[in-house]
Amino acid sequence: MSDFLRDYLTVGIFGLTGVALVGLLLGLGSLLRPTRPQPQKYINYESGVDPVGTGWGQSNVRYYIFALLFVMFDVEAVFIFPFATRVDAYGWFGLIEMGIFIVVLALGLLYAWKKKVLRWV
Amino acid sequence: MIAIAQVTPVWYLVLASVVFAIGAVGLLVRRNPLVMFMCVELMLNAVTLTFVTFSRMLNDVNGQTVVVFVLVVAAAEVVVGLGIIVALLRKQPSATADDLTVLKG
Amino acid sequence: MLASLWQQLSDSPVPIDSVDLAWAGLAPVMILIGGALLILAVDSLVPRRLRPGSYALATVLLAAGAMVAAVPLWQRVQDAERGPFATAAGAIMVDGFSVFATFVILSAVILAALSFDGWLRREEMDGAEPYVLMLLSASGGVMMASANDLIVMFLGLEILSIAVYVLAAMHLRKITSQEAGVKYFVLGAFSSAFFLYGIALIYGGTGSTNLVRIATYLSATVLGDSGLVLAGLALLLVGFGFKVAAAPFHFWAPDVYQGAPTPSVAWMASGVKVAGFAGLLRVFYLAFSTYRLDWQPVIFVLAVLTMLVGSVLAVVQTDVKRMLAYSSINHAGFILVAVQAATAAGVQAALFYLAAYTFMVAGSFGVIAVVSRKGDIGTSLDDYRGLSRDRPVVAFAFALLLLAQAGVPLTSGFFAKFYVITAAIEAGSSTLAIIAMITAVISSYVYLRIIVAMYGAGDDVPAPRTIPLPAAAGLALVISLTVTMSVGVFPGTLASLAERATPVLIPESDPGAVDPSGVPPGP
Repeated sequence: MSDFLRDYLTVGIFGLTGVALVGLLLGLGSLLRPTRPQPQKYINYESGVDPVGTGWGQSNVRYYIFALLFVMFDVEAVFIFPFATRVDAYGWFGLIEMGIFIVVLALGLLYAWKKKVLRWV
Repeated sequence: MIAIAQVTPVWYLVLASVVFAIGAVGLLVRRNPLVMFMCVELMLNAVTLTFVTFSRMLNDVNGQTVVVFVLVVAAAEVVVGLGIIVALLRKQPSATADDLTVLKG
Repeated sequence: MLASLWQQLSDSPVPIDSVDLAWAGLAPVMILIGGALLILAVDSLVPRRLRPGSYALATVLLAAGAMVAAVPLWQRVQDAERGPFATAAGAIMVDGFSVFATFVILSAVILAALSFDGWLRREEMDGAEPYVLMLLSASGGVMMASANDLIVMFLGLEILSIAVYVLAAMHLRKITSQEAGVKYFVLGAFSSAFFLYGIALIYGGTGSTNLVRIATYLSATVLGDSGLVLAGLALLLVGFGFKVAAAPFHFWAPDVYQGAPTPSVAWMASGVKVAGFAGLLRVFYLAFSTYRLDWQPVIFVLAVLTMLVGSVLAVVQTDVKRMLAYSSINHAGFILVAVQAATAAGVQAALFYLAAYTFMVAGSFGVIAVVSRKGDIGTSLDDYRGLSRDRPVVAFAFALLLLAQAGVPLTSGFFAKFYVITAAIEAGSSTLAIIAMITAVISSYVYLRIIVAMYGAGDDVPAPRTIPLPAAAGLALVISLTVTMSVGVFPGTLASLAERATPVLIPESDPGAVDPSGVPPGP
């Protein structure tokens, strides 16, 4: 067997162990616990608020601008990490360059703030 | 135990081309603007995989730096595209690409 | 911690591969980006609204400043001793071609900004955003025209496109604008993905994304992995075809042109098209000149299809914006004829055509922006009836611009078409030249139809209405008309500029020197 497959064998054994463990616990539980079925027990939240509407209802879009802003600024960070690993090699040129980059990003945030995008509606 | 071919870089190229094709076909057959948009993302990610594979085959690091740029460009496209699509969906809830027929002729 | 960072920075012996940047070569792009960010910062920080028109003025000044910064570059690249040069580790090329394209793109910015001013005030949407987006978009266009690396070209294409998606969807009260934005965005992103996949395949086939290294590799390798390269080229062509609206990738153009705000369309039809063709020429004519026999037939078919679609389908339209959208497809076909020639004369003709067309089309859409009513409506052919009575000067200017698009002598459009057809015949594609002339005749019917509507008399002429003409829009009209007519009478100046705007390939290792072997061999 090749090394490649042996590595995957570990994964397979791990997966099988997991499945067996869960099956064992659930099986033991069903053997031990008393069974007294009631209709109350079959609704989604036995002791919570009953769900309203269908599962495909639309949620509020007020979060989406925050999500968009997060995606943008989060991804821009990908440029900072490679720079950070070699700060000393790039010297002052790199530091100033990255400073400009971050200032531009901050400018975008400033614009979003001033346009009242960050306010909770 | 099991006879299996060694996974060569070509496999990744084939995988990437299959994913790219799924994205392209998906964009053409699906009608929800959001799903069409997700298909574009699929296509871009397939290209990224192609770049990394070629980078590995050629032993050249430039192909990997491309990934960072593609990642950021894709994020910018997501933000702008979702903004436009949400603006449209607010005016026309449940709009599909077939409903966008005000402009035709 | 800061102290240790300070220590590290001060101690750093030699920066690794310290990027050698020729700042002057990047000056136009940096002025555009810096100016756009400055406008954005001012817009965020100034508490009260600025005087109306100040953003438009700032945009025009910035574009003019970028032009001024490009003048020394032009002198430098024309200088026999210094010549064109590559900078930013060979990723950016400053040659006559890129500087010429920069000038044309900046002219488009100025014309579109002037047209935006009055339009935004009429729609009560005055603000900094359209100008910022257009400046950023223009920086992407300049980057595309001067890219010497396919990745830089992709980044330029995206910076150009993403801003234009927003410009198309900008009119929030008009559903057709949003619809245009979504259509343009989905198809644009689709084509960008194809473009990028093309780059990836070319990278796999040649081992580099740098145009110089690709050209060197291709000329040195007789039997390379040409399958990958050809597939990559085809995908790149799809990407470029979408951007310049060449058939069969033109489907978005009529819808987007009709729905998008008119001044945005002025920019889309001029600046975006110039950048797209500049990129197309640089990649196909320069880097892949060794594959000329493979791509020329493809461009031939594209050019024929584009010209036919653009001229024939324009005839059945009833909306002026749609008519001009199809006519812009026809113009793209003409430029493809020049690209197909793949000669120095072809490049020259394409550049001349792009420069002349920018002024014609930006002026034409400027007129449409003026004639339309609040809500960006009123662009059907019927709305133009009686324009010669309501606004005789605007009607006359529009008529001249339309005649120029038709290629009537004494206008720049005539010489643009003349040079293209000459280049095609010299390159031995007389068939293409004949088809081009036939489609020019067909599409002239469209222009005449608009002129007849404006000047026609009869029962169907609506009651007189007042059409306000904002000063800035008038200035844009004067500029585009002056250029169109003066180039039509004296084409020599622009032609000689286009002649000297040759694209070159220079190895990055030798900045500041011309490599004669890098220039693709003429046939």
